[in-house]
Amino acid sequence: MLKIENLTAEIDGKQILNGLSLEVAAGEVHAIMGPNGAGKSTLSYVLGGRPGYEVTGGSVEFRGQNLLDMEPHERAAAGLFLGFQYPVEIPGVSNVQFLREALNAQRKERGEEPLTGGEFLKLAKEKAGLLKLDMEMLKRNVNVGFSGGEKKRAEMVQMGILDPAFAVLDETDSGLDIDALRVVGEGINAIMRDENKGVLLITHYQRLLDVVQPDKVSILSRGRIVKTGGPELALRLENEGYDAVMGEPA
Amino acid sequence: MTGTLDLPTRKDEAWRYAAVEKLRAEDLTDWRTIDVAAGGTMREILVVSDENAGEIEIHRLRVNVAEGARCEIFGVIASADYARVEVEVTLGRGAHFELGGITVGGRDTVREFVTRVVHAEPEGTSNQTVRSVHWGQGTGNFLGSIDVVRHAQKTDAAQDFKGLLLEKGASVNAVPQLEIFADDVKCAHGATVGQLDEAARFYMAARGLTPELSRRLLVQAFIGDALVGLKDEDAQERLMRAALDKLDKHL
Repeated sequence: MLKIENLTAEIDGKQILNGLSLEVAAGEVHAIMGPNGAGKSTLSYVLGGRPGYEVTGGSVEFRGQNLLDMEPHERAAAGLFLGFQYPVEIPGVSNVQFLREALNAQRKERGEEPLTGGEFLKLAKEKAGLLKLDMEMLKRNVNVGFSGGEKKRAEMVQMGILDPAFAVLDETDSGLDIDALRVVGEGINAIMRDENKGVLLITHYQRLLDVVQPDKVSILSRGRIVKTGGPELALRLENEGYDAVMGEPA
Repeated sequence: MTGTLDLPTRKDEAWRYAAVEKLRAEDLTDWRTIDVAAGGTMREILVVSDENAGEIEIHRLRVNVAEGARCEIFGVIASADYARVEVEVTLGRGAHFELGGITVGGRDTVREFVTRVVHAEPEGTSNQTVRSVHWGQGTGNFLGSIDVVRHAQKTDAAQDFKGLLLEKGASVNAVPQLEIFADDVKCAHGATVGQLDEAARFYMAARGLTPELSRRLLVQAFIGDALVGLKDEDAQERLMRAALDKLDKHL
């Protein structure tokens, strides 16, 4: 579903990704773990097409298309969802207006009919309920005045509404207390656990992986995948630390 | 009469950023005078759009607001090479003046709100909010002077201007001028200039919004501030549409 080959990328002339290769098949949840500064967030931004993140080599194939050729909004319409580590506040634009415009823009790009206001609200209510987010929150401006946990829940409500084929979730668990973590994790399972969907789950901690059990775990270090294994790899990391598992001296 | 009228120059403070070279004497002769009786309310909605505007559009209003009365002016300037909405307001005791102004434009147009609010009696309040969105070589201005006379105690006046520049080459100017002779008053003013928030634009793109749509939503949110005080949804929508139509047409 997502096939990254030998990807190199830089920011402000500084190379961050150094020949990263990774493949995620449909039906798979693939967790990426790695120490600070390994390039985890850079990987998610490069996949999303953020301006300033320059791809200097390699390829990314997404559902048979060249992802790197597409504009960020085209990637979204093609089925890619990027969950932000720090969701952006947009004063003056309500969640409801934002998400309805976003969903209908994606549908238009795919040649589908737009949802009416009523249809959209019904869908939004259902997904907000799934993530235990008060519908009143969706009437407020995008992420403005939301706590860290509310922002992450709101991200997952957005994912539920937009119903992507593939999600890249960048530290969706950061800033969550234990109860919120469970709600968000179960939300990911409910929305994305499907034989036709895939998830790239970037995280620091085993906690989220207890809820969203990954099929594969890869370790990212210095801009490359250095090790890939099953769920047991995450457990080993939790117990032994990166240095030990990656075989480097402490 | 028109032949003897001196045209303003840029040395005049109130015409500092105006396209004075485009002015003709006949553009300047009309002042509309309105008296708002004690306790009354007047609301003026002004739209300068392609449908009704010439090359030069100057609207000048002189409003006397009697005791406890209210004057509201909401306007969008979205057309004309040079457009100016100029308002002189004199406030009686406990009277209120509300201005919500929006300028939008590109090319080498100049669009501006120029106000002079005289707090002539105690306890008057005024609130002015102007938002300017420009591109190309377009310019948007807000020149606002506030005079508080010596006995106009408990005056509460506020001016708030924000400019949004969508392209390099566009500009905005804010000139607040406060002359305060009373000692127990509040007079606030603020002015900022910025560009579209690129982090917000990428976030919106990542959810599927095209660059045009995200810009439109952000501009709508930005200029919406100027219409918060307008308690008439239809009028609010009409003004918003006039501003956004201009944006859609030229960007």
